[in-house]
Amino acid sequence: MTTVSQAATDPHSWLRGQSRWSYFEIAFWVIALLPFYFFPTYLTLASQIAITALFAISVDLVLGYAGIITLGHAMFFGLGAYAAGLITKAGWGEPLTGLVFAGAFAALIGFLTSFIIVRVRHLALIMITLGLGFLTLELANAMSWLTGGADGLRGVDVWPIFGWFEFDLWGYTAYSYSLIVLFLGVVAARRIVHSAFGLSLRGVRENLTRMPAIGSPYRFHLQKIYTISAALAGVAGALLTQTTETVSLETLSFQRSADIVVMLILGGTGRLYGGIIGAIIFMVARDQLSGMNPQYWYFWIGLLLMAVILVMPNGILGGLSRLAGRRS
Amino acid sequence: MPGEDIVLRTEALQKSFGSLEVARSVSIELPRGARHALIGPNGAGKTTLINLITGQIRPDSGKIFLEGRDVTQMDVAGRVRHGVTRTFQINELFPNLTPLEAVTLAVCEREDLAGQFWRPLTAQKAAIDEAFDILTQLQLADVATRPTRTLSYGQKRLMEIALALATRPKVLLLDEPAAGVPKDESAMLFSVIAALPADMSVLFIEHDMSLVFKFSSQIVVLVGGGVLLQAEPDVVRRDPRVREVYLGQAGYV
Repeated sequence: MTTVSQAATDPHSWLRGQSRWSYFEIAFWVIALLPFYFFPTYLTLASQIAITALFAISVDLVLGYAGIITLGHAMFFGLGAYAAGLITKAGWGEPLTGLVFAGAFAALIGFLTSFIIVRVRHLALIMITLGLGFLTLELANAMSWLTGGADGLRGVDVWPIFGWFEFDLWGYTAYSYSLIVLFLGVVAARRIVHSAFGLSLRGVRENLTRMPAIGSPYRFHLQKIYTISAALAGVAGALLTQTTETVSLETLSFQRSADIVVMLILGGTGRLYGGIIGAIIFMVARDQLSGMNPQYWYFWIGLLLMAVILVMPNGILGGLSRLAGRRS
Repeated sequence: MPGEDIVLRTEALQKSFGSLEVARSVSIELPRGARHALIGPNGAGKTTLINLITGQIRPDSGKIFLEGRDVTQMDVAGRVRHGVTRTFQINELFPNLTPLEAVTLAVCEREDLAGQFWRPLTAQKAAIDEAFDILTQLQLADVATRPTRTLSYGQKRLMEIALALATRPKVLLLDEPAAGVPKDESAMLFSVIAALPADMSVLFIEHDMSLVFKFSSQIVVLVGGGVLLQAEPDVVRRDPRVREVYLGQAGYV
């Protein structure tokens, strides 16, 4: 390949090539606009997919890049969702500041819990994230005076975006809004991944023993990415609140934490777009399958997951990039 | 005299695992620019000593001084930042990073740039240039953009040294740098070590005596966790106790 032989002489251009927007990415964002014209009846679903994709990216940053295995990330999604709902109930329904508020609140909790997270690894890490998720869920359940408990948070009133674009029944505003925020989230995540900090995260994932031996304060790196990831998950949760004008305990559930990891592994970890692809497949499959049979649709998800992972252990994008690499 | 500028000094380092003493009152000195070899039979505590000096394990008692400063309580990363860096006997590399990325990472960590998540990596031009210089110096420029896992074994051993050099060590501890490398290539590896900056102090573990005698200015002989002798190669070569140890008599435990 020509790029490799060039790179041997110029490290800068090789590294630039690593972070360049690919045709695949550009094509993806063009395709993301298609639902407006071809599937206008599915815009609400498209909006939910965009929100889930943003959540998946937040998990990819910790799981795929930094190697922090989490089964409790819904806590940040849910905290963001409740924060965005509660701020409107306090009388402030402006959506953009609502997103910022929700992201900041989730980031704060993310930062506080990161002190525990960086102290454990492997199975212990899964247990800790799981435990934190359960704690948050039951806290929200118990504080029903604030959260509405099992009935969910009602009376969420979100003002039009920029005072102009109202959230309509068909989801035009919802999908536009979610898609733009997802795009900004991807731009931010790309920036992080292709920075020196992103490189250090990959270092942590690749070899934790070596990191201190090159003088790395890697625990600070992990705390930082965990906080950033929590903020992004919080923003995703806030989007769900603002586009559906309701919050339920389900946003904090273990099911949501587990589903997002399934989507990420399905699409391929450590690639940002893996989570998006996974979210699309999972959500579309759920929509179609639950329409056919509302009770047993997880059967098909299970089958899909096994089929994909047996053929492509690194997920769909991992498998595709391996195929592309073999051809050239 | 080189003996007056001591960069690294250990003072009566003591470490036991249960009833097994792995370090017995180890006191050694490493002058600036030293090329010291650390030798001893298997289980003599050579790697343990490196682990103690770099902070992977903490001594039960005793102290470690770097340029006169007590670093005994400092963690591994802190010691690296103060100039004590090691390589590993069994490769501890970043398999899916390219050598360029891995060494750039090490340079960025040294310069405290690795926390910057808002600047693109490509903007860290000085760090990238320095990383590529190190790789060129170690004859790894040709493979700089291939994943580390695809390199040859000898190239991986060089990567161990490249990562260590990127931290700009004052003291470089090489744990069997040529372990597992064919004999003709190991001489090449040691020529790289010989070409390291003159003010860098190097302590290396090596089993091949011809390499030890060729490249070391002094030899520390470790037996049963304790220092048997620290002296010039000629003295060590003639010492009857060293000969005895290397003839396989297990009387020194």
